[in-house]
Amino acid sequence: MVSAGNRVESTPAGTVVLDAGGCLVAPGLVDLHTHLREPGREETETVETGSRSAALGGYTAVVAMPNTDPAIDSAATVRQVLDLGRDALCDVAVAGAITIGRAGTRLAPLAEMAALGVKLFTDDGSGVQDARLMRRALEYASSLGVTLAQHCEDSSLAAGGHMHEGEWSSRLGIPGQPAEAEELMVMRDLALCRLTGTPVHFLHLSTAGSIAMLRGAKASGLPVTAEATPHHLSLTDECVAGYDTVYKVNPPLRTEADVAAVRAGLADGTIDAIATDHAPHSQESKEAPFDQAPPGMIGLETALAVALTELDLPVERVVALLSWQPAAIAGLSEHGLSITAGAPANLCIIDPEIEWTVDPSRMASRSRNSPFAGRTLRGRVRHTVLAGEPVVVNGQAQR
Amino acid sequence: MRSATSLRQSSAPNVAGPGHTPLRHLLSVSDLGADGIEEILRVTDTFVEVSGRAIPKVPALRGKTVVSLFFEDSTRTRLSFETAARRLSADVMTFSVSGSSVGKGESLRDTVETIEAMGIDGVVVRHGGSGVPWQVAGWLHQAAVINGGDGSHEHPTQALLDCYTITRTLSARAGARPTGLAADPTGRGRSLDGVRIGIVGDIRHSRVARSDVLAFTALGAQVVLVAPPTLLPPSLVGWPVQVSHDIEAVLPTLDVVYLLRLQQERMHEALLPSLREYTATYGLTRDRARLLSEDALIMHPGPVNRGVEIAAEVADQASSVITRQVANGVAVRMAVLYLLLGSGVDLAA
Ligand SMILES: [Zn+2]
Repeated sequence: MVSAGNRVESTPAGTVVLDAGGCLVAPGLVDLHTHLREPGREETETVETGSRSAALGGYTAVVAMPNTDPAIDSAATVRQVLDLGRDALCDVAVAGAITIGRAGTRLAPLAEMAALGVKLFTDDGSGVQDARLMRRALEYASSLGVTLAQHCEDSSLAAGGHMHEGEWSSRLGIPGQPAEAEELMVMRDLALCRLTGTPVHFLHLSTAGSIAMLRGAKASGLPVTAEATPHHLSLTDECVAGYDTVYKVNPPLRTEADVAAVRAGLADGTIDAIATDHAPHSQESKEAPFDQAPPGMIGLETALAVALTELDLPVERVVALLSWQPAAIAGLSEHGLSITAGAPANLCIIDPEIEWTVDPSRMASRSRNSPFAGRTLRGRVRHTVLAGEPVVVNGQAQR
Repeated sequence: MRSATSLRQSSAPNVAGPGHTPLRHLLSVSDLGADGIEEILRVTDTFVEVSGRAIPKVPALRGKTVVSLFFEDSTRTRLSFETAARRLSADVMTFSVSGSSVGKGESLRDTVETIEAMGIDGVVVRHGGSGVPWQVAGWLHQAAVINGGDGSHEHPTQALLDCYTITRTLSARAGARPTGLAADPTGRGRSLDGVRIGIVGDIRHSRVARSDVLAFTALGAQVVLVAPPTLLPPSLVGWPVQVSHDIEAVLPTLDVVYLLRLQQERMHEALLPSLREYTATYGLTRDRARLLSEDALIMHPGPVNRGVEIAAEVADQASSVITRQVANGVAVRMAVLYLLLGSGVDLAA
């Protein structure tokens, strides 16, 4: 960043000028929870397509989740994904697995991965079931200056559940997973956080009970942070009524009361970040019976708009939840900074009032599984600037 | 967001004849409403008569093709639908998973689109996954979908034949004309008004129970579900039913006791300690059967687990109604196929 302000006195010849009339110039967005699917599932997304999708959504950095094939559980795989992200349209940070192969039995080489700059570790896709192992992971990580992130789901209680257990699952005849399957692990990990003092980040919280526990934990001073997804702040389990597998996601869409709790948690600071849990799946795999379809939704290109449309919060608060608060959790020091001369120019320029209709066929993601298809949303990214390079201009990716 | 209802008013030519409900698909009992159910029961009367003829066949669906698309083994239901279609002179194709490419990675959607490309008019879908008939209906352009049973969700034709069996048996006993025929066409009097029906057993996993609850209550019956808490759905919000865990208290109050089949695998899911304990607490034993009023109906969707949900001698005593359920199944399915696929051909022809 050369200078910042409303007036630029002179521009060197050849300077690209972006029209930001009526727009908000914000620090680039940061996604704590992106499934880029590479290596292993390149037919659904790659680092290249996922990062383009992210840039179009206003993101200048994403954290790639480690549930790839093979899992990101070694320095070699970390390096591989970091290399793939080198020329991407946004910065690609990597989350490492807590256990080898995400199998939940042996600790992955956390220090070796931390040495490459990995700041966040998670077995996302599933939670670490073994309490003793999770305790050891937290203790071991405490000297590394990293954060462990948990996908909270007690697998024995959630087993066989394909949606939220309740009124709708009962009517639809789909086995459900109760809110308590998430809450049991939130409760356990709060206890382990207290025991070890190591920071814990709670991924995609979806139930009123989880959020109430987090609120209490923060009040008591535990080093915890939390995120929620755009879909959990806007959609309920009633969406499943037509058996459209695009609404199958894990954690599942919950009740009206849970959605209200997520929104309240975002409003009062209990939840620190909105994270997409962008989870691309092929059309063919989603065209399966509901109980066989894979869970997951894409979200990078709609997250900001869903938040602006659905949340009754000032735009600066929404950007805080999408930019500098997640940047702090991910330890990304080049992102989410205030816009001043000398800072890295990672920016997104948001038109907060424009209305548009979501059309997954026009997305840059390789997959189409957006639950917001056909919905009219308010607010959209006009330009994205990555380290001074305009990577998205007027809603078009530049490479 | 998407609507759960599958009932679509269609301008396609494959709607039922004049005066009939223009249903495109039959996915859920809730698509029909009380009037739709009563209408199917009335048309069923006609086909029961047809089934009694020396040559039980009418040309109503001549030139139409019906496919039974069964992803789950159910010879009984498949034969019932196929017999119904043949008696209406439709061509019948059977698609079963074992002999198909579904096992070889072909997607459900590919299978469905391939079948439709053969030029078919109706598909009966049976699948172990709840909701599959909804997905199939969404992928088809022309053909009508009939839900032949989906997962733990619904089995609408079973519920229709249960309604038919109950209404016609009760009215025959009362010496009156079938109640469906006597029903007030304005809908004020419903065929099962005042009838009390107990559904006993594994409600949680039962598609029959879900469809029966919708159908019985639409026709005015009071329904009481009798099961251990582990075999009830996790939530009964919005279900117009009573619940009891005391079968002996409920039996004397019932006009109909409907027993569900208990599957062996429930023992492995910690839903029940043992079959023996289930029989001891919820089985219709000989002693318990004596608690029923003399003319109460004992029903079961089959196949019966003798000695588990029902004692062998009680099953024998109830066998006439259970056999009638099977016979009525063909006529009810003829009525459904006729209403969805027929074009108003005179049934007397
Ligand atoms: Zn997760």
